[in-house]
Amino acid sequence: MSSNGIRDRVAIVGMGCTAFAEHWDKGVPDLLVEAAEEAYASAGVDREQVDAYWLGTLGSGISGLVLSEALKTPYKPVTRLENMCATGSEALRNAAYAVASGAYDLVMAIGVEKLKDSGYSGLVGQPIPGDGTEPTMSAPAMFSLLAPAYAKKYGVDEGQLKDVLARIAWKNHVNGAKNPKAQFRAEVPIDKIKASPKVAGMLGIFDCSGVSDGAAAAILCRAEDAHRYTDRPIFIKALAFAAGPAEGYLSSSYDFTSFTEVVRSCEDAYRQAGVRNPREEISMAEVHDCFTPTELVLMEDMGFSPRGQAWKDVLDGRFDLDGPQPVNPDGGLKSFGHPIGASGLRMMYEMWLQLRGEAGPRQIKNPTLGLTHNLGGAPGRCVSFVSIVGC
Amino acid sequence: MAGIVRYGSYVPYFRLQRTTMGAGRGERAVASYDEDSASLAVEAAREAFPAGEQHAIDTLIFATTSPPYAEKLNAATIQAALDLPESIRSVELGASTRMGVAALSLGCDVTAAGGRALVCAGDVVIGAPGGAREAGSGDAGVAFLLGPDAEAIAQVVGRASATVELLDTWRRPEDPFAKQWEERFGAEVLAPVLDATARRALRSAGIEPGQLDSVILDAANPRATAALPRAFNLQPTQLADPLADRVGRAGCAHAGLQLARALDRATPGQRILVASVADGVDVMVLQVTERIAEHRPKHRVDDWIASKRNDLPYNTYLKWRGILPFEPPRRPDPDRPAAPPMRRSERWKMAFVGSRCTVCGTGHLPPQRVCVHCMAVDKMQPEPYSAQHGQVATYTLDYLAYSLQPPVVLAVVDFAIGGRFTCELTDVEPKDVAIGNEVEMSFRRLYTGMGVHNYFWKARPRR
Repeated sequence: MSSNGIRDRVAIVGMGCTAFAEHWDKGVPDLLVEAAEEAYASAGVDREQVDAYWLGTLGSGISGLVLSEALKTPYKPVTRLENMCATGSEALRNAAYAVASGAYDLVMAIGVEKLKDSGYSGLVGQPIPGDGTEPTMSAPAMFSLLAPAYAKKYGVDEGQLKDVLARIAWKNHVNGAKNPKAQFRAEVPIDKIKASPKVAGMLGIFDCSGVSDGAAAAILCRAEDAHRYTDRPIFIKALAFAAGPAEGYLSSSYDFTSFTEVVRSCEDAYRQAGVRNPREEISMAEVHDCFTPTELVLMEDMGFSPRGQAWKDVLDGRFDLDGPQPVNPDGGLKSFGHPIGASGLRMMYEMWLQLRGEAGPRQIKNPTLGLTHNLGGAPGRCVSFVSIVGC
Repeated sequence: MAGIVRYGSYVPYFRLQRTTMGAGRGERAVASYDEDSASLAVEAAREAFPAGEQHAIDTLIFATTSPPYAEKLNAATIQAALDLPESIRSVELGASTRMGVAALSLGCDVTAAGGRALVCAGDVVIGAPGGAREAGSGDAGVAFLLGPDAEAIAQVVGRASATVELLDTWRRPEDPFAKQWEERFGAEVLAPVLDATARRALRSAGIEPGQLDSVILDAANPRATAALPRAFNLQPTQLADPLADRVGRAGCAHAGLQLARALDRATPGQRILVASVADGVDVMVLQVTERIAEHRPKHRVDDWIASKRNDLPYNTYLKWRGILPFEPPRRPDPDRPAAPPMRRSERWKMAFVGSRCTVCGTGHLPPQRVCVHCMAVDKMQPEPYSAQHGQVATYTLDYLAYSLQPPVVLAVVDFAIGGRFTCELTDVEPKDVAIGNEVEMSFRRLYTGMGVHNYFWKARPRR
C-alpha cells in the first residue's frame, strides 16, 4: 500500500486556454471549443485521434455530453468529474492515469466553468437537500480565519500581516498585468489593495480572487510517444491528492495556520518526484491563492518557507517573478479569477509555457521543476491536489 | 392540588427605545431576527426543569398568539429542542393572550391527575407601525414546570375563570396586525368580569385581597384592569410592576413573566394573584413555599432585562419583523431544509446532541459514526451540548453572508467538555468578539427558506 506515482511515464503534448474574463458573449460550449481547438492545434492532432476525455466542471453542466455535444467528439468516452476547487486538476490526474495504465494512447483533460451567468457576484453552490445545520459561511470568511491565527502564532502584528497579504495580492497583479489571458491585467498599488472595502475579517476585496469564466485543456500521452506530437513535451513527475477527514473542523487541536491536506499531498508529491528540498528544487509554482492568507500559509505547508517565516519571504520578494522561487507567475487566481473547473488546467498551462520557454515577458530563467496546486473546501476540511512537472 | 415546581424566563437581548418610534418613554423588548415565539419559549424552558430530567415530564403545553406555523405543531419544535421524550402529550393554545395563564391553569389540572406538565408561553408581538400596540408590546418567553404540591415552590391555592364573547382585540389569520375596538367599551364589559372572577378565586383560596403580597394584572385592553386596585383596596406596594418601560406587554408570556419575576423576589408564605384578561378572565392565586430558595432558575427576569442592547434602529426592527421591504443581498434565497435529513438528525439539529467516542473519549459535533481521533466505528454515545459552554478559538466577521444583522459573526467554538463546532454568534457586538470569549448555546430560527423555518443552535456571549 503506497502511492507509487507515475513519474516520467506520462507527457503533456498540447495545451489550450481561453482568456479568463466575464465572457457575457460566450457560453459553456464556446469556451470548451476554444480551449479544445487550441489544445488540438498545439499537439497537432484532431478530435478523432484523441481516445478519451475527462471533463472537469463544478456546476456548468452534467455528464460527458456537455463536452461531446459541444466538440462533436465521435462517440468517445467522456468522464465528467468534480472535486471542488481542484476539479480541473482532477481531470488531469485521472486522464494521466488512464494513459499510464495503457488503456488509451492519447487523451484530453479539459475543464470549464461559467460563473457569470448566475446573476450573483460570488460563487453559488448547488443546494443539496440537507438538515439545515451546516454553517453558512462565505468562502472569504472561511479563509479569513487563517490571518489572525497566523499573526498570533508567530507574533506578527496585524498591521504587519496586512502588509504581507497586500504584498501577495500586489505581486500576483504585477504578474497578471503581463498576461494577455488574465481577467485583470493591471498592476494595483499596495495602498489601494490595503484600502479596499472589507469582505470578511481582515480581508478586503483585493485579498480575494476574482470571478470569471474560462476553460483550459491538456492533451496527454505516454512519455515514449511524446515526441510524435511535439518537440518540447513536458513530463509529469508527480500527482498527489488528499481529501481530509475534517480533523480541523472537529478537533480543538487544529490552529488554522496550516492545511494538513496540503502538507500530506505535498509529502506524497515530493516522494513521487524525488524532491528532497522543495525550497531549492521547485523552480516555480502555481498555487491556489483563492485569498491572500491562503497563499501565505501554502508557502509553509509546501516547504517553500520554514514555519513562521513565509511572511518574511513574502516581504523579501522571494516569490516574485524575478525572485528565487516565483509563485503564481501567470498572475494566479488573483488575476485570473477562479472558474472552478478550469483553474487547475490554467495553472498547468502556465507550467507548459514556462517549461517550453514560451511565457514571453513572464518567462522564468531555466525552470526545471514546476508545481501546481489546488485547494477545495475550507481550513480544517478540504481537498488538496499537487502536481509536479518538468522537462 | 398542584403547584409550580420550577420556572424559567427569557427576555431577548434587543430593546427598541420608544423615542425612536416617536412613542414616549422607555423601551420594549425585541426578539432578534433569528427568534420566534417557539424559540423564546425554549430559551425560557431550558431553565425550568433540572438538567437531564426531561423524562419526568409527561405533558407539554405551549401558548402563543404568534405561532411560527399556523399548521404544524410548534409545541413539537419545543419538545424536540428541549430533548423531551417522544412519549409526551402536547397541547398548543392560541388565539388570545389570556392563553398563557389558561395554559398554566390547564397544566394544574393535568398535574393534579398525577402527571408533570411543562407549561410555556412565548410571543413576538407585532403592532401596526405608529400604533400603541407596537410601542407598548414586547417579546418574551416564560415556562413553568408543574408538579405535586409536595415539591412545589408555589402552590396553586385558588382559581377562577370566565369567558366573554366580545369584539375587543381581534386579528384574522391573514392579518398582519391586530385591531382594537374603542378601548372604553371593552373595558366597561370586562372590568366587572375581572372583579367577579378575582373575588371567586380569592374566595376559593380563602384569602382576602389585603393578604396578597403581589397582584399581577394583565390585559390585552389595558383599561380593563384599571378599576380593580381601588375596588379591592390594594396598596401600590401590592401591585406587580407591569414592566411597561423595560419589556412591554409580551402577549401570552406577559402574565407569566410577571409571575416569574414575583417568584424571583418572593419569600416563603407570600401570596400572589395573577389575572389575565382577554376574551374573558383567568385568575390564579398562589402561595409560595419554603422550597422557593433552592429552586430558582439561573437567570432571574431582572437579569435578562439588564442584559441588553437598546440602540436598535427602528428601521432594523421593521425589517426584522418583515414589515419593511428591503434590498435583498445578491445571493440566492436560502434553500429550505429537507424533511428526511431533519428527521434523521433530529437530536443534533433540534437538541444539539453530539456524540462522544466511548473508546477514546473524543467529543464530536455534529455526531459522527467514525471517531475522528481513533477511527473506532459505531462506538459513540450521545453527548448533549446545549447546556455546555465553550470558548471562541477563532472568529471572523463575514460581510458577504446573508443576514438581517450584518456582519455575520462566525466563531470556532471549543467546548469545555471537549469538542469543536463552527457556528454563528448571535446577540453579539462584533467589536466585542475576541479569541477566548466565553459563549453558551441558544436555540434559534436561522432562516426561513421557501416557507420552511430552519431551527438550529447558535452561540452567544454568556448572558
